[in-house]
Amino acid sequence: MIHSLFLINSSGDIFLEKHWKSVVSRSVCDYFFEAQERATEAENVPPVIPTPHHYLLSVYRHKIFFVAVIQTEVPPLFVIEFLHRVVDTFQDYFGVCSEPVIKDNVVVVYEVLEEMLDNGFPLATESNILKELIKPPTILRTVVNTITGSTNVGDQLPTGQLSVVPWRRTGVKYTNNEAYFDVIEEIDAIIDKSGSTITAEIQGVIDACVKLTGMPDLTLSFMNPRLLDDVSFHPCVRFKRWESERILSFIPPDGNFRLLSYHVSAQNLVAIPVYVKHNISFRDSSSHGRFEITVGPKQTMGKTIEGVTVTSQMPKGVLNMSLTPSQGTHTFDPVTKMLSWDVGKINPQKLPSLKGTMSLQAGASKPDENPTINLQFKIQQLAISGLKVNRLDMYGEKYKPFKGIKYMTKAGKFQVRT
Amino acid sequence: MSSNSFSYNEQSGGGEATELGQEATSTISPSGAFGLFSSDLKKNEDLKQMLESNKDSAKLDAMKRIVGMIAKGKNASELFPAVVKNVASKNIEIKKLVYVYLVRYAEEQQDLALLSISTFQRALKDPNQLIRASALRVLSSIRVPIIVPIMMLAIKEASADLSPYVRKNAAHAIQKLYSLDPEQKEMLIEVIEKLLKDKSTLVAGSVVMAFEEVCPDRIDLIHKNYRKLCNLLVDVEEWGQVVIIHMLTRYARTQFVSPWKEGDELEDNGKNFYESDDDQKEKTDKRKKPYTMDPDHRLLIRNTKPLLQSRNAAVVMAVAQLYWHISPKSEAGIISKSLVRLLRSNREVQYIVLQNIATMSIQRKGMFEPYLKSFYVRSTDPTMIKTLKLEILTNLANEANISILLREFQTYVKSQDKQFAAATIQTIGRCATNILEVTDTCLNGLVCLLSNRDEIVVAESVVVIKKLLQMQPAQHGEIIKHMAKLLDSITVPVARASILWLIGENCERVPKIAPDVLRKMAKSFTSEDDLVKLQILNLGAKLYLTNSKQTKLLTQYILNLGKYDQNYDIRDRTRFIRQLIVPNEKSGALSKYAKKIFLAQKPAPLLESPFKDRDHFQLGTLSHTLNIKATGYLELSNWPEVAPDPSVRNVEVIELAKEWTPAGKAKQENSAKKLYSESEEEEDSSDSSSDSESESGSESVEQGESGEEGDSNEDSSEDSSSEQDSESERESGLENKRTAKRNSKAKGKSDSEDGEKENEKSKTSRSSNDESSSIEDSSSDSESESEPESESESRRVTKEKEKKTKQDRTPLTKDVSLLDLDDFNPVSTPVALPTPALSPSLMADLEGLNLSTSSSVISERKALHLKLGKK
Repeated sequence: MIHSLFLINSSGDIFLEKHWKSVVSRSVCDYFFEAQERATEAENVPPVIPTPHHYLLSVYRHKIFFVAVIQTEVPPLFVIEFLHRVVDTFQDYFGVCSEPVIKDNVVVVYEVLEEMLDNGFPLATESNILKELIKPPTILRTVVNTITGSTNVGDQLPTGQLSVVPWRRTGVKYTNNEAYFDVIEEIDAIIDKSGSTITAEIQGVIDACVKLTGMPDLTLSFMNPRLLDDVSFHPCVRFKRWESERILSFIPPDGNFRLLSYHVSAQNLVAIPVYVKHNISFRDSSSHGRFEITVGPKQTMGKTIEGVTVTSQMPKGVLNMSLTPSQGTHTFDPVTKMLSWDVGKINPQKLPSLKGTMSLQAGASKPDENPTINLQFKIQQLAISGLKVNRLDMYGEKYKPFKGIKYMTKAGKFQVRT
Repeated sequence: MSSNSFSYNEQSGGGEATELGQEATSTISPSGAFGLFSSDLKKNEDLKQMLESNKDSAKLDAMKRIVGMIAKGKNASELFPAVVKNVASKNIEIKKLVYVYLVRYAEEQQDLALLSISTFQRALKDPNQLIRASALRVLSSIRVPIIVPIMMLAIKEASADLSPYVRKNAAHAIQKLYSLDPEQKEMLIEVIEKLLKDKSTLVAGSVVMAFEEVCPDRIDLIHKNYRKLCNLLVDVEEWGQVVIIHMLTRYARTQFVSPWKEGDELEDNGKNFYESDDDQKEKTDKRKKPYTMDPDHRLLIRNTKPLLQSRNAAVVMAVAQLYWHISPKSEAGIISKSLVRLLRSNREVQYIVLQNIATMSIQRKGMFEPYLKSFYVRSTDPTMIKTLKLEILTNLANEANISILLREFQTYVKSQDKQFAAATIQTIGRCATNILEVTDTCLNGLVCLLSNRDEIVVAESVVVIKKLLQMQPAQHGEIIKHMAKLLDSITVPVARASILWLIGENCERVPKIAPDVLRKMAKSFTSEDDLVKLQILNLGAKLYLTNSKQTKLLTQYILNLGKYDQNYDIRDRTRFIRQLIVPNEKSGALSKYAKKIFLAQKPAPLLESPFKDRDHFQLGTLSHTLNIKATGYLELSNWPEVAPDPSVRNVEVIELAKEWTPAGKAKQENSAKKLYSESEEEEDSSDSSSDSESESGSESVEQGESGEEGDSNEDSSEDSSSEQDSESERESGLENKRTAKRNSKAKGKSDSEDGEKENEKSKTSRSSNDESSSIEDSSSDSESESEPESESESRRVTKEKEKKTKQDRTPLTKDVSLLDLDDFNPVSTPVALPTPALSPSLMADLEGLNLSTSSSVISERKALHLKLGKK
């Protein structure tokens, strides 16, 4: 399976290598660099690159390439999924996953990687188990460690791996028992020029933060489970219960985890909460173009839309833009031609707008297409699909936990064609 | 014997160690002297001193720095002797880091590495299972050929360990040893065989991985474990699931007959997927009788379905390919939703999934048609994702949706990503050829694009139009004229060459324009691209042959230019054309046919999907992604004409019970498991109440899935039809044997002879009994004669069984369900009753069935009681 792992930063330096079998020379990465050069952008580097003796499978996250070297046939998704899991673990451990952080914590990284794979086959990938084996570094612990000489490596051996609920560590104790669930929905949509919806769908997740003592057994039920068209679960969820009763029944892992991802069935019409009015025109003769966009609320069910940002990749011909926003701040990068406008809250009484002119390259013909506008926004306390959690119950433990449920709607891949 | 040799080894290892230790220390001192001169060495020197210090903190610091060096790819091998001394450190972190170091450098410093072996050997005997496991892990990771026998011994012992975790590590070690010394294959296969029988979910994934690596062709080892693997699958960790599913896919293709009926074939757009048409027909001719699916085949398909809900993309993909390759075509549809869900994931996952969807969508359009809009391209997608989505959209295009798609394509053509725009134009061309109704619309659209400002777009349009016109040359004089005009403006060589070719080919339809174009080209000949030059020569030749009056001189002029061209290809072509068309005394017989040669009917190019020929690779594999056979790729065999003997999968329990049940740990774990997942209970109920987990296990699965009742009936009838009477008799004998076994186990005796006797006894008792007992058998084994006459009976039996499973569940989920009761879950009402109260009710039930006389009922009930007692 996975032979070696190389971590490569955006400037092409290999800053970490780990081998699970015989050592593979880092020169194998030359093939990767070649492919990287060919694919002008980092995003376009093919995830699978064949070389004469090895295959390089890579994922690109946080501006780092994680390149796995394999020698024989293996389902590529197996490796890719694993690499993503590695990144998630790092993020979980260090808060962020970046080159300096990995370099600073190289020993922990190495210990974690050692536990995650044995001979290239995944061994412990559950963050609960890993954290029991190797404690994540915290400032306090680092201080304590230097004074007392104790270590990051757990002195208890991981019992979780042996238990039947391998995702939960044992002997959990909290003074405040809390369970929080965030229902987060994202709207993916393509809106065409005239403002009508080409496609729109809702994808949701329920992220949980559970800090409960002992071995609690939770059930979560919905008011309207029929809404959920397609679901995928954390391994802790009992599938049978869901099939028969549409109830989520599970013993949660300790800490943060994603309980459920779902897709809302396509039959339900998606309420699009915002609209964008745009008027972007390039005139053939002059070297100026007009640019004007206005953002306004549509179907928001009485909630305010916050955190609005508008980004747009302008055509190459645009040299610069002089714009004035009615609120928020905007930037235009003349090199990447990326316009971004941080709007903030939408006030329905005074709609935010961005107006001005673009200066175009003289002599060049006008671009055939107007740029696409990408939208980001957030609506608190609203699940746009109408999904509602009915109740949350806990069994198996005596105490009364504090329960909280939060709803949020966000823009996913929300594009407006102009 | 083993213990003897072991102790010997240990001794010798120890002896060696001390010797080597001395050697090591002696080598250190000279390097210390050198250290003065080189700063690098000096640095390592202080590391050595730290490692030799008495303080753990200093050692730890040193080890951390060394690991940092390893991570950066710096060579730290010269520190080996100093590091290896710390292998027995009390501090866990130091120890772990030393392990890291050891595994990295042992290969290079084989002799010194032996120093550490005795430590591991000692740890292999540790009472703590985790220490045993980690010792085995490191020991097997040290790639030193000398210790192969030690490793072999350790693996053998570990494979019989009581702890499933240690056994899991043993399975991992198998692969390591195999890659170190392939000659151990035979012995390793024995271990694999043993571990395959393991019932722990921890072990399953790892041992199947070892199986795939060491002996993927030994499919016979799987037979007996097939049903168990199917039933365990849901509870195996996700990575193991992927491996097992892939293996079982291969297995199914060798053991079951094709579930794809002739009728399904039509859905396939007439294209045959795995076999040639003849093959398929032959086969269907042969088996005239209606197809019935092997229950084991069904079991696999059913048990993998829940995994489509996994959060792990690799698992979902694995299930999808399983359905694609082995399920009846009518059932494969359920995978599309899950695959489309994966498209929300990271770019790399999208890439692989889209590739697989592209292959699937060629074969079975219907599967993904409802999700058409999910493949619409966003401007923020990376180019490789965009082109894959485009590919799928093309495959899905049909008369009904083409107008929507074309409108969508119009947007794409205008995209700023020109590479993508060009790909879109190609796509439009393909749609135009595939769907005849829109050919003209597409053509018009493409002609409009000819006036586009972007050259790449225009060039691509020209190339595509050329292909389209070639297919129906008759009525497009206008377009050709339009394109001829474009020659003045367009500069992309491919496009120019295409226009010239098109004019040459249709020179008789545009008699006025063609010679004029040639005249213009003759003027610019020298400055053209080679590709264009070749086409100018071609055009000249064709015109010479059809219209020599006007073009003779021009052509000769061009031929002269070509004669002195720098490119030998062009010189070659010139010489060839001159000989062929210009009549002279030397020209042979060929020149007579020159016109036929140049103006022959040329077949139109087929615009095909690049994914068309990928289907011979198993989906979801690396080979499929790369479209080349990767090292170690295992072919998916064709369905066998006649299914191999299905009885090989029947399991004899006695043997298993003897091997694994005494392991107290494992049992404990099982009972702990019951606390948790229901699916495990099935497995468990099969574990404890019956041998052939498959039967009763699968039954309970059905019960769990509401609405599949009909299915289950079908299954059991299939069962009975497939198994012969004698078979079922043997089976029931076995069942008795098993219960007998259980009894004897309870007594603390596990004697196979005993079981044999019991078996005999029960057999005789059985033969003395009449039909009623056989019905009872059917309830326990879910096979044997389920004649229509006993249909109501069998339903009752099912009910009873349902109860039984529920009862099984009762003690396990007790605390949960007790609480469940008050707000929902009316189904589990009986569950809430305390256990002792329930078992009499079950008795009554059983009696109600008039079965109490049968001996097997009694024994079964006994078994039940035993089980309940245990809880």
